Amino acid sequence: MKKTELPRWATGFVLPILNLLSALIVAGLVIHLLGESPTDSLRILVDSAILDPEGLGYTLFYASTFIFAGLAVSIAMQAGLFNIGAEGQMYVGGLGLTLAVLTFDASLPAWLMIPAAMVGAALFGALWSFIPGYLQAKRGSHVVVTTIMFNFIAASLMNYAILKLIPEGQQNPASRVFAESAALPLLNKWLPVFGDTPLNISLLLAVAALVIYGAAVWRSSWGYKLRATGLNPHAAHYAGVKISRTIIVTMLVSGALAGLGAVNSVMGSTHYLSLNFPAGAGFVGIAIALMGRQHPVGIFLSSVLFGALIQGGFDLSLEKPNIPQETFVFIQGLIILFCGAMENFYAPVVMKLLNLARPGTRTGTSTTKEA
Amino acid sequence: MQPAVEFRNISKAFGAVQANADVSFSIARGSIHGVIGENGAGKSTLMSILYGYYNADSGQVLIDGRPQDIRTSHEAIALGIGMVHQHFMLVENMTVLDNVMLGNEGGFKLAGQRGAVEAKLREICDRYRLEVDPLATVHDLSVGAQQRVEILKQIYRSANILILDEPTAVLTAQETASLFEILRLFKEQGKTIILITHKLQEIMEITDEVTVMRAGRVVGAVQTRDTSKEQLANMMVGRPIQSELPRAPYKPGAEVLKVSNLQLQDANGVKLLADIDFTLRAGEVVAIAGVSGNGQSELLEILSGMRLPSAGNVAFLGQALPYAGRANADGLPADFRRLGIGHVPEDRLRDGVIKDFSVMHNTVFGYQDHVKNRWGLFDFKRIAQRCAHLMQAFDVRPNNPDLRIGLLSGGNQQKVVIAREVAAKPKLMLIGQPTRGVDIGTIESIHRQLLRLRDEGVAILLSSVELEEVRALADRIIVMSGGRITGILPVDEFDTTRIGLLMGGLHKS
Amino acid sequence: MEDFHIASIIVSTIRNAPVLMFAAMAGLFAERSGVVDIGLEGKILASAFASASVAYATQNPWLGILAGIGVSVALVMVQAFVSITQKGNQLVCGIAINIAMSGLTFVLAQFFFHEGGRTPDLREARLFDIVLPGTAAMDNIPFIGWLYGHVIGGQSALVYLAFLLVPVVHWVIYHSRFGLRLRACGENPHAADAAGVSVERTRYLAMLVTGVLCSFSGAYLAIVQSGFFLRDMSAGAGYLALATLVFGNWRPLHTVLGCLMFGLFGAIQIQLEGVDLPVVGQVSGSLIQMIPYVVTVIVLAGFMAKSVAPKAVGKPFVKSR
Repeated sequence: MKKTELPRWATGFVLPILNLLSALIVAGLVIHLLGESPTDSLRILVDSAILDPEGLGYTLFYASTFIFAGLAVSIAMQAGLFNIGAEGQMYVGGLGLTLAVLTFDASLPAWLMIPAAMVGAALFGALWSFIPGYLQAKRGSHVVVTTIMFNFIAASLMNYAILKLIPEGQQNPASRVFAESAALPLLNKWLPVFGDTPLNISLLLAVAALVIYGAAVWRSSWGYKLRATGLNPHAAHYAGVKISRTIIVTMLVSGALAGLGAVNSVMGSTHYLSLNFPAGAGFVGIAIALMGRQHPVGIFLSSVLFGALIQGGFDLSLEKPNIPQETFVFIQGLIILFCGAMENFYAPVVMKLLNLARPGTRTGTSTTKEA
Repeated sequence: MQPAVEFRNISKAFGAVQANADVSFSIARGSIHGVIGENGAGKSTLMSILYGYYNADSGQVLIDGRPQDIRTSHEAIALGIGMVHQHFMLVENMTVLDNVMLGNEGGFKLAGQRGAVEAKLREICDRYRLEVDPLATVHDLSVGAQQRVEILKQIYRSANILILDEPTAVLTAQETASLFEILRLFKEQGKTIILITHKLQEIMEITDEVTVMRAGRVVGAVQTRDTSKEQLANMMVGRPIQSELPRAPYKPGAEVLKVSNLQLQDANGVKLLADIDFTLRAGEVVAIAGVSGNGQSELLEILSGMRLPSAGNVAFLGQALPYAGRANADGLPADFRRLGIGHVPEDRLRDGVIKDFSVMHNTVFGYQDHVKNRWGLFDFKRIAQRCAHLMQAFDVRPNNPDLRIGLLSGGNQQKVVIAREVAAKPKLMLIGQPTRGVDIGTIESIHRQLLRLRDEGVAILLSSVELEEVRALADRIIVMSGGRITGILPVDEFDTTRIGLLMGGLHKS
Repeated sequence: MEDFHIASIIVSTIRNAPVLMFAAMAGLFAERSGVVDIGLEGKILASAFASASVAYATQNPWLGILAGIGVSVALVMVQAFVSITQKGNQLVCGIAINIAMSGLTFVLAQFFFHEGGRTPDLREARLFDIVLPGTAAMDNIPFIGWLYGHVIGGQSALVYLAFLLVPVVHWVIYHSRFGLRLRACGENPHAADAAGVSVERTRYLAMLVTGVLCSFSGAYLAIVQSGFFLRDMSAGAGYLALATLVFGNWRPLHTVLGCLMFGLFGAIQIQLEGVDLPVVGQVSGSLIQMIPYVVTVIVLAGFMAKSVAPKAVGKPFVKSR
């Protein structure tokens, strides 16, 4: 019988890979037009980001932040919400952790300070996503535009806040340096192969978050209601789900996850709150959620991929000045386009190939009548 | 004189469903011709063929004696056929004038033609007393007036054959009377009207000829003056097959549900439900009979908590159901389930299941908070056991709990939904169209299941457009028409003519 | 409050508004036809870069504007293909364009000009201000002289284009055949389809207009306002334009009023810096910067005006039969 629907393995693996390849081919084309060799660039990238242990350390360091950003966007997407505000939520989350640290880093030991800072980050991140969530649930204001606005408001607000936190006499627009108690333990302590990288326990926290996300979304009744709301709000209503509350809670969790993404760079690398520290990680989260299809393994792999693109891209930009790091912002956009907006572009072709491969296909069509 | 329209041996099938089977009849020019039948009789399909939306599998359509191959609605319009749909094709925030001009503006500047079109519209309105102001904005108009705009559009395009699909479904009595005046004027001017309806009163009042359809076939073609409501009702409904399914003697128990003075209006003030009063007892099946769209769906939505009523009370097991003090019904169905009300929804795919979830996940749909442990996590082993047990007890095929439910046949999907609701041991079971989209073999097993439930003491309220099903299952029958209850009768007073009359909108006299 | 110079605020407003006006009118065509265009931001950036680069290379601002139009139209056609033909997610597509262009414009600017991701200063290749005849003569007349010489006159060509387009857009939307069909596609595409209008074709045409109008916004930023392209120089204008649509209830004249309001905020913002206000004292520049975005959220929350979007906006059209 002729197939009318693609099997799970086609939609879960074949299409995403085709989409990713398309993005990379277009990127390769642009790199070629910039006068560089795409294969050469790829080689440099892989060497720097994966094969070199210290480079791998950096790759995983970036991936730690991206996992949280990807989780933030993914969980909102499961409920049918498009949270573009992860960038602002991460930025404000940084303020939350900074306030906790600046208040307590002299008095608390590390094993209390770090969790307290994390709570601050999550809390402030959730605060930043609350209003867009509430407005969507209660007043129907589209969460896409409100979260974008909140990104801009965050930029101005954090500008103001950071300027206020600059200690006397310091030129660098940043808060004072955090005390030792607020420094995340580095992984190179146990795994010296990673060399002098800021790779820290955030990676373990990120993986833990992925596991919790997986359990919550696919094994808990809360996650069940979430997915139902995203797939079919009419049926979710029939099933007794409180749609308003689901939207608001999901946005709160999403904002909290984005806020937690601040912990890695602020407490693992710089040890102070600086201007624009997210540097686009919130938007990378969107690409990761779409490419990884909101699945924990997909999110992990996509985060590592993007970490590699950033790390490799950095070294690549040093060797080939025609390929600055912004090239990877462009690639990000391409990935969102092919994996998100055009995700079913190759579906008809794949369908045709599958039907050709199947023995004994009939070509008969029957239109179904609507009663 | 050649008939305006003649159908010769029209047949049309959609997959396994034979929507029209060898339909032949003719429609005299300058007459008002009624086509009457229940849901699924094939009237809408036939008219869609006439209007070019579908192509018949076989047979011929003749217009003024000449065979025509009508492939698109534009060709139909060119032949002078106009159709006023049940759901209006109007742009609400534009004026009547703009709506008429859309598609034939006569130039890139609207101002050029506006004056001429407006004048012509006013002339048409005067001639047929349509009473529509061409400069009015559509959403300011009453539903009746909007319908007249649709009619105006067709006349403007020089339609000589006008098809009206269930035109009075949304009209008040007065608006209906006005509409009929207009139709009489059309007839005087020599136009041909085809009126699709299921309301017997209208047929008797306005038509010259009637064609009765049932299950895709023509079962009667008469002159209106030669027939009666009773005869039409009989032909429309037919003789239901006597099916004897085992059931315990009728001994209803305590009162489970008491509906008093229930009213429902939509955002435009249209009355969807009016003065609904009835009671339901344990161990009885009450079936709501009626052509769909007469309020049954809305009634079940209210009783299951999916929608709030505008006014009225419902008492369940002596306690008032918690509608009061709420802005909307968000989350209410969960409370109703906890009280012991089960619901098998009418539109399975839209409301009852999540198509992309597995069968197993769908067996807890609506009960997801009842099967979690204290950490909020599902006990999958227990859920799987329960699912396996249900799938076996209800004979769901294929017996694979991990299959996406969207891949199951309609009948098997329905079995899953019923199994799920039954397993929660409700005291009241609400079911909308129990066997819609279900294959013949499964229908009987579902009927047996429902009767077993009744015998166990559950109160069942179901709605069905199939009278055979009503007769097979009900202890008592409620007939609804136009948002009201037109009659309540015990099943041993079941009489096709009488029920047909009640369904057709005529109150129990 | 004598530090406030009302005159310069008015002139500033007129000079700030066109960026939003072009983008808002662009968004109007798309949304009125039923397509959500979140990608205005990306198109503004792309056309800003293209127009600045070509204007510099050819020392001709008009060629720059043409280049801007070309690039914007190319991007909008990708969006139209994804939204209309592929029936894909319009929001994701728009965001993709924005992010992609944010990166690509920097990379190309760096590649061609090696100035850290910006284009070189246009200097003489900018659009000159049009001085109305008789300005010098009227200069001494109080108020009228200023009004004639510095408000109505003395603006660049694109400013005049922006304001002159407003009545044109209004006429097209409400009094032309194209506008009628456009509005039908955005409100009830099934009715339009039943009336014989091609919904796909109408929406593609609408997107084409969107692309052209949006390009002027970018060209204005680069050629008129600054004289060069700088990364992310649109600073959210593409999103603010969407807010003005909500504010203006998708009506051209009201939407432009919203643009003027935002332009006014921008003008006041510059004046407010360093000024001692009663009660609050000096307000930090960062907080003032926030105002347009906060106002946008208030508008979107429906607190300022009841606004009704085109009914079919964002939903791909699938024929019912």
